[in-house]
Amino acid sequence: MQLDEFFVTGEPLIYGGMVAIALVTSAILFILTYFKKWGWLWREWLTTVDHKKIGIMYILSALAMLFRGGADALMMRTQLAFPNMQFLNAQHYDEIFTTHGTVMIIFMAMPFLIGLMNIIVPLQIGARDFAFPFVNALSFWSFFFGAMLFNISFVIGGAPDAGWTSYTPLAGAAMSPGPGQNFYLMGLQLSGIGTLATGINLMVTILKMRAPGMTLFKMPIFTWSTFITSFIIVFAFPILTVALALMTIDRIFGSQFFTLTGEGMPMMWANLFWMWGHPEVYIVILPAFGIFSEVIATFARKRLFGYNAMVWSIILIAGLSFLVWVHHFFTMGAGAFVNSVFSITTMLIAVPTGVKIFNWLATLYKSRIVLTVPMLWSLAFIPSFVIGGVTGVMLGMAATDYQYHNTYFLVSHFHYVLIPGTVFACFAGLVYWYPKMFGHKLNERIGKWSFWLFLIGFHVCFFPQYFLGLDGMARRIFTITPEWFTLNFISTMGAFMMGLAFAIFVYCIYYSYRYSEREISGDAWGYGRTLEWATPTPIPAYNFATVPQVNTHDAFLEMKEKGKTTFDEENLEPIHMPNNTGKPFIMMGILFFASFFLVFEWITLAVIGLIGGLVMMIIRSFDYDDGHHIEVDEIKRTERAARGL
Amino acid sequence: MNQQRHPFKKWLALVPLGFIVFLSGCELAVLDPAGPVAQSQKDLMIYSLYFMFGIIIVVFVAFGVMVFKYRDNKPNRKDEDYKPNLHGNTLIEVVWTVIPIIIVTALSIPTVTTLFELEKPPESSADKEPLVVYATSADWKWFFSYPEQGIETVNYLHIPTDRAIEFHLSSADSMASFWIPRLGGQKYGMAGMENILYLQADVPGTYNGRNANFNGEGFTAQTFEVQAQPQEQFDTWVQETQEQAPELTQDEYDSLLKPSLVEEMTFSSTHLQWVDHGTNAGRDYSIIRHRNAYDETLHIENVPGPGWISENE
Repeated sequence: MQLDEFFVTGEPLIYGGMVAIALVTSAILFILTYFKKWGWLWREWLTTVDHKKIGIMYILSALAMLFRGGADALMMRTQLAFPNMQFLNAQHYDEIFTTHGTVMIIFMAMPFLIGLMNIIVPLQIGARDFAFPFVNALSFWSFFFGAMLFNISFVIGGAPDAGWTSYTPLAGAAMSPGPGQNFYLMGLQLSGIGTLATGINLMVTILKMRAPGMTLFKMPIFTWSTFITSFIIVFAFPILTVALALMTIDRIFGSQFFTLTGEGMPMMWANLFWMWGHPEVYIVILPAFGIFSEVIATFARKRLFGYNAMVWSIILIAGLSFLVWVHHFFTMGAGAFVNSVFSITTMLIAVPTGVKIFNWLATLYKSRIVLTVPMLWSLAFIPSFVIGGVTGVMLGMAATDYQYHNTYFLVSHFHYVLIPGTVFACFAGLVYWYPKMFGHKLNERIGKWSFWLFLIGFHVCFFPQYFLGLDGMARRIFTITPEWFTLNFISTMGAFMMGLAFAIFVYCIYYSYRYSEREISGDAWGYGRTLEWATPTPIPAYNFATVPQVNTHDAFLEMKEKGKTTFDEENLEPIHMPNNTGKPFIMMGILFFASFFLVFEWITLAVIGLIGGLVMMIIRSFDYDDGHHIEVDEIKRTERAARGL
Repeated sequence: MNQQRHPFKKWLALVPLGFIVFLSGCELAVLDPAGPVAQSQKDLMIYSLYFMFGIIIVVFVAFGVMVFKYRDNKPNRKDEDYKPNLHGNTLIEVVWTVIPIIIVTALSIPTVTTLFELEKPPESSADKEPLVVYATSADWKWFFSYPEQGIETVNYLHIPTDRAIEFHLSSADSMASFWIPRLGGQKYGMAGMENILYLQADVPGTYNGRNANFNGEGFTAQTFEVQAQPQEQFDTWVQETQEQAPELTQDEYDSLLKPSLVEEMTFSSTHLQWVDHGTNAGRDYSIIRHRNAYDETLHIENVPGPGWISENE
């Protein structure tokens, strides 16, 4: 292979990207070397098994991916702002919408939420870490390297261009030659290992490591939604793993699972993809529901209304999410009967979702709403999401779906559920738990600016798209005709407002880092109800010096009333904690290279890499590291300092 | 305080009203049907919209009231307006579970009936035999074969009005979605499979059609025009085509299948004599001939001046 085939050439935007990547990388290397931070980076971050630090790394990576996916979005909106726009050509546009979708779902939404789960779930249930801290680190590095692999396709080898759904036969070796599609397959496969492992890890953690007295139906609602989500992950991700593996074997080794030749079944891919893909939608929406429930109850300063109904509706939604996948291709011609069945199951999801909406509204009834930034994001979610929800029901009616399918009506719908649902929840959750993570609040004034700009920009961007869809504008077209100009131009304005809002949000992080008041109480907002607020700030490595006895839904609220803390000096015992280890990083680093070689179909190198991965697993199997104990004296010192005793 | 709330409420009521006026006022393609299939889909859409607006109004009003009334910094808040331990009410929870179930039922019944109706030719032209047209997608163009008339067109078609058209959809290569918004909803065309789609135009005119499913670089340009005309004019066009258009040779057809953008074309014979891509035998016809044609991109981009797509090879 020639060097000019290896690197992507001929596009000014991509050259710009290469220069930017080179500059940022060298700046990071320089800073790390100049401030002698390499050891710190290795000891504190790359080898950590602490769920809080892993969570922070998830969130930072997700924010970087949000930037990348957002930049893709702005490029698309620029190209569509005017008819006859010459900003992107068709091929480049195809690559950008493919990476936008994949990055936002797989490398932004999911890791962001998993990051929040990582930090908050053990704290909410009174645990000292995950059930399997080593596996947790492994999960993070698998996601991180998967994301890196996917993202370098932009400058090396060429980006995938068959859409985030990668329908065969288009995505097969015949119609999408070259490494681009392989980057998609291997990037998702590598990060999928981590997601599946996280699902199992969270499930076990929640089942086995809850504080004494915390029965399942006394768990905080965010923990509940995480618990159900991890079930969806465990049942749905193997389908994706198999589908990706089959397509990889098709493309690299010439099998014919999804090809047009040799009796392959291209439409089987669509079925497998959506059997994972629809539950995936709920993997990113259910934790969001959990976050909103926590934030709304906290800042309404009132107990969550209909806790049991909330839990059962989450379970029901999770179950239904496996029974609706055909609604993504009603138009495939499965016949009226099949479409009727899937139409009804799809619309049924509206029932538990509606129950949840009404429960949130009832939580606000006779409450005292404090309009903080996380509360604003959560409140804005309700009406915005309802618009997305009702249009979802409209799409679920198969007979009319024939007219909405593959149009901007659909594009608008899923942005209306994923942005107010998942993205608002990410912002709400990050701002809400930020003082717990970083020891200071984000500035409220700047946060409100960013919130309002984002909210208005969102509606300006996506509301017009419903009408574009009804006017026959198909999704994924790279240029518009003049009659669609006005609405598209408005939509692009909205997109840039959201971009600006994100920039303000990032500035808010910087500003707050410099100027915000340091937080020492642990219960930063003063209204905390659940156990994560019971820990001191900064949270000690072991989280809870003594694990509290839980009697009610809002465990910390009860502790506050009774004047209890998680530092019961009488009952301190040495705490068993896991040791840091570099093995997850190294193992996934090796698999990263193996995957990279497989992308370019350099089989020998890939096999060597895979053997390297196996060797790491064997080494790990003979690892007798039992961790260490934190002695009582040290716990006392830490707690006294943190609590100002 | 009450005086503050009233204008706000009135303004809220105007939103859906203005919305419906807007929807009926402008001619969005899907809401401007030119045949019975699109009409039945539009009717179902409008029916569902009433429910959706109902839901939106209820939630928005309840939301507005809650946020306004129970905000912490509202002046003169009374103590009995704060009940921090209120956590359930069986009756109201049953009510807001049952109402959505009723709504879903009300939406399901016409959805299912319409679904089954769409599988058959429209009733309004039940007295006439449907016209059979094979619509075959190939990267990135459409072939329309009229087996009964023995003619074939590329990237445009003529249809008679007031008569059902029975489209036999398939694809020579990637999956495409055949869509004429003003005549009715879409359906996929796939290699090795055949889908039947009934459409009908009642109003003569020219309608835009396209492939709605992304299938590669030339996707945006994979459009066609439908000329709907009265039966006599259609017959004249058929006759002229049979007499004047050249015959389609297999060599020419094979080269047309190559991934490319092509102009409108007319032939006095169909490709169905060699291959029907909708059958299992025809599914790899194109790909074994043009397997290497995807190595190079077509460099499709906008260029200054009229014409919004150009092939810059």
